[in-house]
Amino acid sequence: MMYDYKVVRQFAVMTVVWGIVGMAAGVFIAAQLVFPALNFDLPWLSYGRLRPLHTNAVIFAFGGCGLFATSYYVVQRTCQTRLFGGKLAAFTFWGWQLVILLAAISLPLGFTSGKEYAELEWPIDVLIAVVWVSYAVVFFGTIMKRKTPHIYVANWFFGAFILTVAVLHIVNSAQVPFSLFKSYSAYPGAIDAMVQWWYGHNAVGFFLTAGFLGIMYYFVPKQAGRPVYSYRLSIVHFWALISTYMWAGPHHLHYTALPDWTQSLGMLFSLILLAPSWGGMINGIMTLSGVWHKLRTDPILRFMIVSLSFYGMSTFEGPMMAIKTVNALSHYTDWTVGHVHSGALGWVAMVTIGAVYVLIPKLFGAEKMHSIKLIEVHFWIATVGIVLYIASMWVAGVMQGLMWRAVNADGTLTYSFVEGLKATYPYYAVRLLGGIFFLTGMLVMAYNVVMTIANGRKELIDQPSPAAA
Amino acid sequence: MSSFWSWWIIVLSVGNILACVWLVRWTTKPATDESAEGEITGHTWDNGELAEYNNPLPRWWLGLFYGTIFFSIAYLVAYPGLGKFEGLLGWTSTSQYEREVAKAEDTYGPIFAQYAKQPIAELIEDPEAVQIGRRLFVTYCSVCHGSDAGGASGFPNLTDNDWLYGSSPEQIKSSILNGRNGVMPPWGAALGEMGVENVVAYVLTLSERDASSEKAEAGKAQYDALCAACHMPDGTGSQALGAPNLTDNIWLYGGSPGAIAKTIRDGRQGVMPAHKEFLGEEKVHLLSAYIYGLSQK
Repeated sequence: MMYDYKVVRQFAVMTVVWGIVGMAAGVFIAAQLVFPALNFDLPWLSYGRLRPLHTNAVIFAFGGCGLFATSYYVVQRTCQTRLFGGKLAAFTFWGWQLVILLAAISLPLGFTSGKEYAELEWPIDVLIAVVWVSYAVVFFGTIMKRKTPHIYVANWFFGAFILTVAVLHIVNSAQVPFSLFKSYSAYPGAIDAMVQWWYGHNAVGFFLTAGFLGIMYYFVPKQAGRPVYSYRLSIVHFWALISTYMWAGPHHLHYTALPDWTQSLGMLFSLILLAPSWGGMINGIMTLSGVWHKLRTDPILRFMIVSLSFYGMSTFEGPMMAIKTVNALSHYTDWTVGHVHSGALGWVAMVTIGAVYVLIPKLFGAEKMHSIKLIEVHFWIATVGIVLYIASMWVAGVMQGLMWRAVNADGTLTYSFVEGLKATYPYYAVRLLGGIFFLTGMLVMAYNVVMTIANGRKELIDQPSPAAA
Repeated sequence: MSSFWSWWIIVLSVGNILACVWLVRWTTKPATDESAEGEITGHTWDNGELAEYNNPLPRWWLGLFYGTIFFSIAYLVAYPGLGKFEGLLGWTSTSQYEREVAKAEDTYGPIFAQYAKQPIAELIEDPEAVQIGRRLFVTYCSVCHGSDAGGASGFPNLTDNDWLYGSSPEQIKSSILNGRNGVMPPWGAALGEMGVENVVAYVLTLSERDASSEKAEAGKAQYDALCAACHMPDGTGSQALGAPNLTDNIWLYGGSPGAIAKTIRDGRQGVMPAHKEFLGEEKVHLLSAYIYGLSQK
């Protein structure tokens, strides 16, 4: 028996490629906020069209390829069986790349359904649904034919992520086609908003949290060479996480037309979510007890542990921001942007990068990455970039919130909107710098990956020995 | 909300919270067949390279989990959350909003009531009043008219003493309170492309700009027939109708021959929204004073 590594290799390489593309788009729109002339007065380069391109590219292209690669790898290794479904796995690769390509064309051209993180128009939505259901068949089929008695914890998280994203995508994308390129949501008004943020927040919860916890649960113990800290903790935090996340969406709609009871439940379940979220961080970080010294010499492990620290930070920050009185200050400001990026760059990107550094040598037949020194360099550029990014957005966000609510003795607003924008300008410049740092790190990674692949030898590929199979 | 949906929400949300409590309690209880605390569970994967400790849940973490759950239950007793149950405090976001608005009215209302008694022409001499008016302007008006009130294409310049609907304090106040609709009908179909060109030429001559005299000659007849009713035979416009003066070389939608041709061919729709309901008459009074003052310097 040989593991199916071809599809894993393809997804792993595309993770790096789409990471660079998506982050470059992010750097470009960050630059537009500092230098508005970069719109070039061209509609397809305008901020409003490129911003969804950036979010879709980093979440679904970079993050998505990372999740496909790692889940296909992990499920085979921990079930000791080849992927189920034969060519279906290859279909998910080419199907997913087609989705990304169509997004990269249709979004700049202005085709959008107007739902955040679900902007793609209905024909692409249909394709996503088909690819995603195929993904579920491959993944769960592999679980079904496993050779091990128990299902490894990483696969619980991957499984929850795959199932829930299918439900979220299909329900939120329910729409009435008007033409080939335009559709309207099936839901009215406040219900549409609620469905959208039920989807939106669970995209964070299941795509960007549960999925990447799956990565963490395999690659951290593997890289540390230690057993997972607590089996019991993994049970509690898994079930509590996936059940409470479902309710948290309304915190995106505080102080809107959404009924009060919905807002209350959204806030409370976000608060209850704090402990289950931290369960994953504890289980990851404590797995290192006894081998902390490895952090000094292994930059890959450092990527993973720093990612868990950012995960802990942003899953603390999230529940705090979901509290209505805090939200009254933070909502609509760049604080939200900072929060999202502490999760997206700090947690999602860092843990993915760590996992890809582990995967590439194993998949392409090298003993280790071409240059450990360059991983070290990547680690530091990325970390400094994140700190610049989120610190500037925190300061900018709190400042904006305070400026917007400041009133004079006569009750008039102290600052006009544009004064708040002007005050934010230097922070936008710092944010741009942080983004450039992070992108540079990805370019260093790309070079390292190319060199590793170039020196790979087929016979060294990490396949199970005939005896083990 | 019907009772069915109310109970649906209550059962699901409370059930989910209680399930979390049960889950924690069930997991902390050692099962009979499991390994001792702190030992390996015995499950292995990936050629024996992956295993799990049977460590207990950290106490501080349990405290955190229970803490958020207790807080949530207390909150759901006090505030709306469980379906139709309104919470013991009787709080609603609408009542909170109304309370805050009433408080603001109490605090700030007298300030504006005081100014509302003074005529606008006098208020422009009061620097304090002008300052308040300016703040209202940058909050509510600057998006269209610009922070400096200099306007933009389609949005009148408020500093140049050229007025579409009249320059008196009362007329300005009326524009803000009740809004205005400036409609220039499209004449492209009636005039034809040649006709549009001719009328453009004639309109250019009204503000003493260069144009082909032949075309202007031809355009005059059409102007007199179609345009003079609103813009007046001499082109000075009508403030009663909001028809712009065409002789002063000030242009709301641009003064290039191309822009004028577009205005004549396709027409224009100018909308100044009414602010009476939104801001109230007293604030509009101060706002009017600020705007009136801009062209009185």
